[in-house]
Amino acid sequence: MKTIIKYVLLDLFKNKIILIYTLLLAVLAISLLSLDDNPSKGLLSLLNVTLLFVPVITILFATIYFFNAVEFTELLLSQPIRRERVILAEYAGVALPLCAAYAAGVGLPLLFIVSGTQSLVLVLTGVLLTLVFSSLALLIFVTSKDKTRGIGIAIVAALFFTLLFDGLLIGFIYAFSDYPIDQAVVGMIALNPVDLGRVLMLLQLDVAVLMGYSGALFKKFLGSAAGSVFSAVCMLFWVIVPLLLSVRIFRKKDL
Amino acid sequence: MIGIEQLTKSFGKFRALDNISLQLQAGQAVSLLGPNGSGKTTLIKSILGLVIPEKGTITINGHVVRRDWRYRAGIGYMPQIGRYPDNMTIRQVIRMIKEIRGEHRQYDEELIHGFGLDKAMDKTMRSLSGGTRQKVSACLAFLFSPDIYILDEPTAGLDPVASELLKEKITRERAAGKLILITSHVLSDLEGIASHIIYLQDGRLVLYKSVEALQAATGEEKLNKVIAQVMKAGLPGAEDNEA
Repeated sequence: MKTIIKYVLLDLFKNKIILIYTLLLAVLAISLLSLDDNPSKGLLSLLNVTLLFVPVITILFATIYFFNAVEFTELLLSQPIRRERVILAEYAGVALPLCAAYAAGVGLPLLFIVSGTQSLVLVLTGVLLTLVFSSLALLIFVTSKDKTRGIGIAIVAALFFTLLFDGLLIGFIYAFSDYPIDQAVVGMIALNPVDLGRVLMLLQLDVAVLMGYSGALFKKFLGSAAGSVFSAVCMLFWVIVPLLLSVRIFRKKDL
Repeated sequence: MIGIEQLTKSFGKFRALDNISLQLQAGQAVSLLGPNGSGKTTLIKSILGLVIPEKGTITINGHVVRRDWRYRAGIGYMPQIGRYPDNMTIRQVIRMIKEIRGEHRQYDEELIHGFGLDKAMDKTMRSLSGGTRQKVSACLAFLFSPDIYILDEPTAGLDPVASELLKEKITRERAAGKLILITSHVLSDLEGIASHIIYLQDGRLVLYKSVEALQAATGEEKLNKVIAQVMKAGLPGAEDNEA
């Protein structure tokens, strides 16, 4: 398994898209952070950029990579090696370079401009989001029949989590505004990894109350520390559950 | 060596393999023939465990394919289309497969030298032509001197020199008592290699006989004429297959 991870990494670290992605993140990070003297504002803009771009780019890149590597996967599976190991190694091989790209692109500028817990949490949020959406990409890969359909589903999934879900949430909040739904809303946020990432970061920034319903609710119900732990744990679930599900399905998949 | 019992596989409504039973022995060079979509690749992939059978069992040297993945150490597989990660070099691909089969230390690198790949080791897979990629696939299949070779359209895309080299290699391996399972649309390529013919149609086993028996039955020498005769005559003797 280590062997496969090593060689997929060797391949992907020479990949141009990963390189461009890293540079793009670095340029965005440096420009957003130097726009304003208040580092909190810079971090907030960077958070919004992260929440918008990381899920889309990760899920698309990973899905396309998995589908393009079908023949390579077949070659690996014709070797004396367990199926589970092949698929997990491919996941790690794709997720790690994407995480590294985020950590380098956003993390390094942050380290020099605003180092501190808040920056660390932002990088952690980005890395967790990358892991979540690579995991979802793997699930899409093992469940879809062909590449075109897989990419379609990936786009819909990314749009759902970045845009549509919040719309539905707001609709829900308006529709049931006469009822005590606060706790239900907190529960619903756990259903969206992007919102969880937002909450995780906002709780660090002292602007939680200003940043809409979800942040305020988390602050109110869970307090900063408990809220952070809760959202981080939920995000880990978003990594592990699709991953385990993918392994289960892949065991019986025809190639 | 390979035993297949009542193997059935459907994709949706389409029945790719229908109740196939076969026994393949060491020293045979079995040629798998049939029109497009007759189930050749599905049969090969079932043996490799890439396709999960719906019904029936496959055993390889006594190991049931479904339960034990270790049997694949004894198989060399050359796929129809070999695609590799773009930025990997030939050297990296070969080294990776060697590392995966870490316990195996003796390598048969005859083809690597024969094809001249040792001079192109640092080229990336993206930059290779289809034929060269096919050569890499062939080298990987023969690298570990397995007991069973499964070759899916091995000569497609190879230049005549490379194709001849590969055929000689196959003949030598067969003489060494290996089992070779090969599909090809180019019947003349199988001339002198194949010892047995399996003919599939619509996922059913139509014919499994030795080449000598077919030559005697049809009165033809050349393999393509033999097959043409057999198909024209409505595939006689399908009842007394060797299986």
